[in-house]
Amino acid sequence: MDPGSNQPSYSVSDLDRKARFVVLFLIFSGVFWLLFGTLLALVASLKMHLPDWLGATGWLTFGRVRPLHLNTMVYGWASLTGAGVALWMLSRLLKVPIMLRGYIIVAGVVWNIALMLGSIQILAGFSRGIEWLEFPVSTMVAIVLCVIIMSASVLLMLITRRVKQLYVSVWYIIAAFLWFPLLGLVSSLPIFDTPTVQAGMNWWYAHNALGLWFTPVGLAAAYYFIPKVLGRPIYSYGLSLLGFWGLALFYNWNGFHHLVGGPVPTWFVTISISASVMMVIPVVVVAVNHHMTVVGSFRAVVNSPTLRFVVFAAMSYTFVSLQGAAQALRSFNEVIHFTHFVVAHAHIGMYAFVTMMLFGACYYIIPRITMREWHSKGLIKWHFWLTAIGIIIYAGALQGIGVFQGFTMIDPEVPFTDTVTMTIPYLVARSVSGFLMTAGHLIFAWLIVRMVYRTGEQPATPHVWQKIREEFAT
Amino acid sequence: MMRNTILLFGIVATFAIAMFGLTILPKMFIDEGVKEPTYFTPFEVTEGHRIFVREGCIYCHSKQVRPEGFGADFERGWGRASVATDYRNLIPHNLGTMRTGPDLANIGARQPGRDWHYLNLYQPRAINEHSIMPTFPWLFEVVSEDARPGREGLSLPEAFRIPGMKVLPTDEARYLVTYLISLDQQTAGVE
Repeated sequence: MDPGSNQPSYSVSDLDRKARFVVLFLIFSGVFWLLFGTLLALVASLKMHLPDWLGATGWLTFGRVRPLHLNTMVYGWASLTGAGVALWMLSRLLKVPIMLRGYIIVAGVVWNIALMLGSIQILAGFSRGIEWLEFPVSTMVAIVLCVIIMSASVLLMLITRRVKQLYVSVWYIIAAFLWFPLLGLVSSLPIFDTPTVQAGMNWWYAHNALGLWFTPVGLAAAYYFIPKVLGRPIYSYGLSLLGFWGLALFYNWNGFHHLVGGPVPTWFVTISISASVMMVIPVVVVAVNHHMTVVGSFRAVVNSPTLRFVVFAAMSYTFVSLQGAAQALRSFNEVIHFTHFVVAHAHIGMYAFVTMMLFGACYYIIPRITMREWHSKGLIKWHFWLTAIGIIIYAGALQGIGVFQGFTMIDPEVPFTDTVTMTIPYLVARSVSGFLMTAGHLIFAWLIVRMVYRTGEQPATPHVWQKIREEFAT
Repeated sequence: MMRNTILLFGIVATFAIAMFGLTILPKMFIDEGVKEPTYFTPFEVTEGHRIFVREGCIYCHSKQVRPEGFGADFERGWGRASVATDYRNLIPHNLGTMRTGPDLANIGARQPGRDWHYLNLYQPRAINEHSIMPTFPWLFEVVSEDARPGREGLSLPEAFRIPGMKVLPTDEARYLVTYLISLDQQTAGVE
């Protein structure tokens, strides 16, 4: 194998043209599930302070809508769109077209059908009953098989690549496409047949689904788009290396910190707490690396829709990871475990980091594969501010009250009901933030639908980026 | 090509080692103690567990008590610390991660009366006006007062009564309540 010799090389527009249909298909599928998951989120959030609303039918009860919200967001929106974004980046970085495109389309169709069946199954009461794994095993295995087809494509692209060096984003994407199918398969094995062992597997899986699938895809995007939009190299190769292997070594071991104080041998929990604290190393390293790359170019963050989302997401990653390391400590965990604080923490991870990163990536990718321009700068700004303010209100309200809820709960003098009533105004605030984010998602959906179904202007240089090019392209 | 090999090997190895450490190793340590006792779990309890899972109770009620001195679980009367054998090998596990409502590991000892549970499932706000628990009317049937002679309807407060009708628990409600009452951590664990 001698990459780059004798074979025809592909131009960037060749790569994008070949990627067009498959990447758009994955992103559109993802956005459909984003909207569906958003609707479920609103219903679940409103039910927390309006408990009798839509309370007469089984399939709309909180205990079914809330897990389906998580599953559609995780396996629908973030996974499908994330896969599309990752495949596009890989094609650009390895300078080969996305492989097995036909098979990926078939896999995407099957994946969407599996999500629909899984949604009906959960609402009809056939949930597997394990958090993050509510889809029945058969549905989950179907999704994993679809991911394996994409993984095959990723490995083929790696083998046939036309570049010598593997950029840091490539490491993360390859890791993600190996880790996620393995995770999905192990979690579907019938060997976890006693409750506490299953609980261990549950949190090993759930934490790793974020850490070994969404996080690598998200970080790959940060490593790709920040230098790309700014037109300058990443600050340090050494730090990239340390960040990647630190994540691979430590993130894998984090799961049991969800079981602090639970009925499992203490030393398993202690291992996970140590690993969670060790995560500070890769997180800080990545943060420094990104910060040093952006430093001096903060104006670009304001002007580029992609950078705006990506930098917000990268900062959220640093914040949520450091918070997670602290939360794993027993003294902190004693207070905030079982409270809304953790719910907000999960949303900072999946929304402020992963979802915002994917929005940013879409704003870069879609104009390039459709050769069209976003038709409204203003709407993109609205999208950003609605979602950014939305998630900040969400996190602020629930984490603020979560701490008080936790301290009240560990004070046996206070009746339990008080820990419920004190949260109600903040649960209302969460619903308000939900409406803001919903508005943002509708704007985003409208923008991409218009992009594809209407012929917009097709300037040689996308004008949204014009300002950045003028400033930094020299 | 060496870099490729290191990358792929490292990715799989870091995963495999932690997978072994956090799934297989716990299985080896915990299963032995849990599989030894034989649980004679009545049909009503396993069915009740299934309904508990189906309605997603776990998203608001944890079912694990932390040890005395860690949190106020013990002081709140939620029972002694949970041990692996408390769960009678009922799958899926429902240890839970959230206490929007109180922990249920010891609910059978705190509320041993069936009527309290029926009322709470049918309309939680009939018991506690501040409750934000969902209602589960599909576990009940509303029939005319004259129907099913000999069966008392739920004793609902005035505000929730339906004139001329009475509310009766279905089999599913009975199973679920049997399951809830079976959750008792007053006695010492098997360990």
